[in-house]
Amino acid sequence: MKVMAQMAMVMNLDKCIGCHTCSVTCKQAWTNRAGTEYVWFNNVETRPGQGYPRRYEDQEEWQGGWTLNRRGRLALKAGGRFRKLLTIFSNPKMPGISDYYEPWTYDYATLTDAPAQEHTPVARPKSLISGNDMAIKWSANWDDNLGGSEATFAHDPILQKASLNNAATKVKRSFEETFMFYLPRICEHCLNPSCAASCPSGAIYKRSEDGIVLVDQDRCRGWRMCVSGCPYKKVYFNHRTGKAEKCTFCFPRIEVGIPTVCSETCVGRLRYIGLVLYDADRVLEAASTPDDHDLYEAQRSVFLDPNDPDVVREAERAGIPHDWVIAAQRSPIHALINTFKVALPLHPEYRTMPMVWYIPPLSPVVDAVAETGEDAEDQRNLFAAIDALRIPVEYLAELFTAGDVAPVDAVLRKLAAMRSYMRDINLGRDADASIPEGVGMTEEQMYDMYRLLALAKYDERYVIPPAHAEQAHSLEELATECALDYEGGPGMGGAGLFGEGSGPNVPIAVENFQMLANRQTSDTMASPGDKGARVNLLNWDGKGTPQGLFPPPPDAGVSAGSTTSGEGSTTSGEGSTTGGEGSTTSGEGSTGGADPK
Amino acid sequence: MKTLLWVIVPYVCLVTFVLGHWWRYRFDKFGWTTRSSQLYESRLLRLGSPLFHFGILGVVAGHIIGLVIPESWTDALGISETAYHWVALVGGIASGVLTVVGMAILIYRRRTTGPVFSATTPMDKVMYAVLGTVIVLGMWNTIASSLFGLGGVDGDAYNYREGVSLWFRSIFELRPDVDAMAGAPLGFQLHALGACALFALWPFTRLVHVFSAPVGYLTRPYIVYRTRDASPAGSRPPRRGWEKVDV
Ligand code: SF4
Ligand code: SF4
Repeated sequence: MKVMAQMAMVMNLDKCIGCHTCSVTCKQAWTNRAGTEYVWFNNVETRPGQGYPRRYEDQEEWQGGWTLNRRGRLALKAGGRFRKLLTIFSNPKMPGISDYYEPWTYDYATLTDAPAQEHTPVARPKSLISGNDMAIKWSANWDDNLGGSEATFAHDPILQKASLNNAATKVKRSFEETFMFYLPRICEHCLNPSCAASCPSGAIYKRSEDGIVLVDQDRCRGWRMCVSGCPYKKVYFNHRTGKAEKCTFCFPRIEVGIPTVCSETCVGRLRYIGLVLYDADRVLEAASTPDDHDLYEAQRSVFLDPNDPDVVREAERAGIPHDWVIAAQRSPIHALINTFKVALPLHPEYRTMPMVWYIPPLSPVVDAVAETGEDAEDQRNLFAAIDALRIPVEYLAELFTAGDVAPVDAVLRKLAAMRSYMRDINLGRDADASIPEGVGMTEEQMYDMYRLLALAKYDERYVIPPAHAEQAHSLEELATECALDYEGGPGMGGAGLFGEGSGPNVPIAVENFQMLANRQTSDTMASPGDKGARVNLLNWDGKGTPQGLFPPPPDAGVSAGSTTSGEGSTTSGEGSTTGGEGSTTSGEGSTGGADPK
Repeated sequence: MKTLLWVIVPYVCLVTFVLGHWWRYRFDKFGWTTRSSQLYESRLLRLGSPLFHFGILGVVAGHIIGLVIPESWTDALGISETAYHWVALVGGIASGVLTVVGMAILIYRRRTTGPVFSATTPMDKVMYAVLGTVIVLGMWNTIASSLFGLGGVDGDAYNYREGVSLWFRSIFELRPDVDAMAGAPLGFQLHALGACALFALWPFTRLVHVFSAPVGYLTRPYIVYRTRDASPAGSRPPRRGWEKVDV
């Protein structure tokens, strides 16, 4: 047994309202730069729908992830090492910018600069890639809220799967049977990451302390094999620096015990973060499980029970600090995946052993019952509906259990049971012990599950042990000195001699500050040589006066760039790594205590 | 003049090449990349890039055989001059054509695809010019001198293995054989000078990616684990000299 700790996330899809706050705050913090305009480390998809990048789930097309070869051994779907090296000069499966979307901004200046004319001037869309006028055809969430409509049936790879193929036509016929939900996605920080396995340079690594998968920017050589290797398409190519970038699980924040930006800002509070302990020796075996339907159970069996004294002993022998073991015992992730068994992995059939799990939504079922006028809190009605609504259930099964409906059924029944059990309690009626029993839980467990899903406070949803003080001097977020004391201030001058991104490393905090400062004081749209400096209204917090956005003030000398940018960085720095706010080691309130605990 | 061209220039370029790489690796690891533009355009790249790269690998192999291996060795193996000549000619022209066609496609793509063109740095343009010149001169030498016997003695093709190659090896033996090169045809001389320039430019262009050819991939385990300690978190270099005591 080789115990390792993994930082993991669970999202409760019933609570997702599709507001995209997580996407926007993540973008603001991490990919708000030239070269990553099209990149969303966190994106929210409407399902049924195509997803982002379009149809990424069609692995026959994209060849991401792992598969079993003829001898039943685990192999990269896109081909092994030799194949990779032979195709290194041009990656055959790399998505192009049009598979994501061409990012754009608007030519806002014409709104104020245009001479007097008969027609109101319009701000035309300008491509952020070429700087030219463009016609907007697609975006990261172009089919937002179109789930279940004609627009999505034809293109959703899940609806095209064999088991749902009939269903798709059926859904088309009966509009009443349509359903829709949102699926927020980040990098899965897989136990068996195919992105890392595909990287010829060995630049992508899994941190042995917390399992976060990162790209070493100094070792990445831009071969792009990780982009095609990840079945979730969660590695992106920064087209300005020529390096791969991906979700970092906000490691600078996790290290000091605060949740990721996307979780922290989630309006529905549907995200849970915590540790799981797993047996690294058994990952390969589990990932090689022959039957796709067994992969969910196989992955669950890799996790270790943190309350088992043997496991605790082995964990300590493996050098996992004691407070981490305690955190693993308190982990909401462990509870949701292993104790209550309501969380399921996204696409286990890709065999990467993903570590962001989902509680499937009961809402399509509840909605369907409610529409009939029946009591949507009654477990019998709900159970009957779960049995009747095969299309949503099969769809969920294609997402979360490689098409096996039994586990999805079981989860939905638990959620339905919890609904009716808790209603009795809330209405002051006698609790009906037979309800939890019917889904194989005790009354106490059911109540605990309800607490965790409905009431859990900040410190129950996020159980993140900070990295250790011995290491604290090298932690990114603990920059107790002012981040701007950084000498030399590279990053100020835009592109380096060898293209953007060349030159010595810049601390993230400084880089963010410079970016915001540049953006707010520049007047170009997408001037190719210096894209770091453009007006992007998304980032304009209303405080500064970016040049080119307003007509020059009469005393142009006063619009001092330094005050403007200083303001910009503190106001919009919420949740980003700017400044000293992250320097608190306590796990709470980095974003200004908006969370009533 | 001879000394300047065939001793000083090569050594200056060589030193720039070595020191330049050391410096680039030391201070600009982040900028060390292929700077791929596949995200913008894939169709032409899928054709041109493998053509060019496999071609140039052939060209490099040919140069190693021609420049590094002394004629006496192949003679000892019993390979006659004519046999060698024809193998070299056929192999050289084949890889040369691949390279030139590939490069033409890539340059056409770079010029006509808007985003690719605007992602081209001035350094790239210089590099393309020099690299293109060297390749074209090399092609010309192969064809003109070997096929049409230009620059050779008595109608025979110029035997670079008794001229350029001697000079090339003598550079590394630190006993530069100036006359071996000074007697070579003009085409070869220009090719050699162009190559010197290319080597001097090399560390400052995207060509550095040649030295990160990922052969280690064949032997390393698929999944790489690294501890936080080995890689100080984030990009902040560890502080030296003093440390806060009250952590
Ligand atoms: S989901 Fe993340 S860890 Fe998994 S293969 Fe993709 S990029 Fe790698
Ligand atoms: S964990 Fe951090 S980097 Fe990853 S999606 Fe969330 S906010 Fe973005």
